[in-house]
Amino acid sequence: MIYADNAATTKMSEAAINTMISVMNDNYGNPSSLYSFGQKAKEILEEARNEVATLIGTANPREIIFTSGGSEADNQAIMSAAALGRKNGKMHIISSAFEHHAVLHTLERLKKEGFEITLLDVHEDGLVRPEEVKEAIRDDTALVTVMFANNEIGTVQPIREIGAICREKNVLFHTDAVQAIGHLPINVSEDNIDMLSASAHKFHGPKGVGFLYARKGIKLTNIIEGGAQEKGRRAGTENVPGIAAMATALKEACASLNENAEILKKHRDRLISALNEIPHSALNGDADNRLPGNVNFCFEGIEGESLLLLLDDKGIQASSGSACTSGSLDPSHVLLAIGRVHDVAHGSLRLSIGEDVSDEEIEYIISSVKEVVEYLRGFSPVWRDLMAGKTPFIL
Amino acid sequence: MTGQIMKRNKEDNMALYSEKVMDHFRNPRNVGVIEDANGIGEVGNAKCGDIMKMYLKIEDDVIKDVKFETFGCGSAIASSSMATELIKGKPVSDAMQLTNKAVAEALDGLPDYKMHCSVLAEEAIRSAIEDYKKSAEKTAQQ
Repeated sequence: MIYADNAATTKMSEAAINTMISVMNDNYGNPSSLYSFGQKAKEILEEARNEVATLIGTANPREIIFTSGGSEADNQAIMSAAALGRKNGKMHIISSAFEHHAVLHTLERLKKEGFEITLLDVHEDGLVRPEEVKEAIRDDTALVTVMFANNEIGTVQPIREIGAICREKNVLFHTDAVQAIGHLPINVSEDNIDMLSASAHKFHGPKGVGFLYARKGIKLTNIIEGGAQEKGRRAGTENVPGIAAMATALKEACASLNENAEILKKHRDRLISALNEIPHSALNGDADNRLPGNVNFCFEGIEGESLLLLLDDKGIQASSGSACTSGSLDPSHVLLAIGRVHDVAHGSLRLSIGEDVSDEEIEYIISSVKEVVEYLRGFSPVWRDLMAGKTPFIL
Repeated sequence: MTGQIMKRNKEDNMALYSEKVMDHFRNPRNVGVIEDANGIGEVGNAKCGDIMKMYLKIEDDVIKDVKFETFGCGSAIASSSMATELIKGKPVSDAMQLTNKAVAEALDGLPDYKMHCSVLAEEAIRSAIEDYKKSAEKTAQQ
């Protein structure tokens, strides 16, 4: 099996698993309990908080709030900024057209509550333009939220520049860094980030754990009400084993970040140049400003779900932005946002490779994708019409 | 019927598709083109992600041969394949009666949101038969 869907989730690292098991076995106390056994768990929790804070470039661990994952962190960041905005008569939020649904659906909810939402164009290369952020900011802008790296096409946004503009204009800036953290260097101070969302299972940590970074002074709105955990900003007994394992995984990922990126980029670029040889195919998103492990293509004349199922038969796990894989009629909003028309957006393939992939496996992926695309085109009426000149090629 | 199919799929939460769907997807029957087809039907559109094209060779009101081409997901390919099997060698009048439910049932059910694939298969066959009837009428008039 070749697992090429690391953008969906990753395998837990051995060190993270060991941390998790040891906390579960030896320190199962409740961090809110007063006795020493509980306080030991509290210590583990605060150590993890310190670790995470340091790794993302802040000296203040109080700025880290542990959550159930990236979606919860996105929700809390946006709802908090909206609450602050509402108080000050600022009812405008800026984001991008291809954010994760955890952001877009939260914004839709706020729209119903009277907020005005501006979704910035991400252009054909899948990149937000800082100058367009600047132009979009108004006196009543409460928040700018732009993802660090896109989850489907992997394009890395000019976060530092956008952050600088927001600082200058005195507007809160949030970034969904779920795909980026542990894979790209991130420093909330240098990158001018006010709030950041992260999820452990994207960097070889466990599922169901994540965190929100919120700069000191930003009043947070609770998404989950209850006890006084997380300084009253997120109720519920902390997932101590998961949180500790997340800190272990992040530490590991950050320690080998450059080394991993180099390996992944080599494989990524080989995949891109080889898949580009398939006629009437196109890479989605900028080739350079993209996550080291992300490859995303559209192949004209075929549909993505059948491509995925046949790759699965060959032992390759990948993903697609086809409508059929989502259960809706529309293909991926990300591909539509970069200007791919429905007809070709259905035929997309995302390969998100991991550090442990070998040269041989990369070559096997290439030959398999080529074979399956050719096979499916062989009985596609769309491909027949394209080849016969009845309809013009798009790609 | 749909209720039953849905129930079966909910129970079978191990996989998206039944074994039969996967079999017809992996080894589609009657794939290709009939060069001298006397009935051709194409339904669906690329925008929605599904197109089916059916080629029929009808002689003496019997479907002597049928082939298909499909652009679409696993269940679209499997539905086309199954539909061709269900009408091959049958009288045209029988083929006209083929329903999407019969196609889905023969595949041991389809996920609820994939039922439209079986509808497309039914429509593609009907459209090919109508094409045959139209050209047969024309020939008779001449």
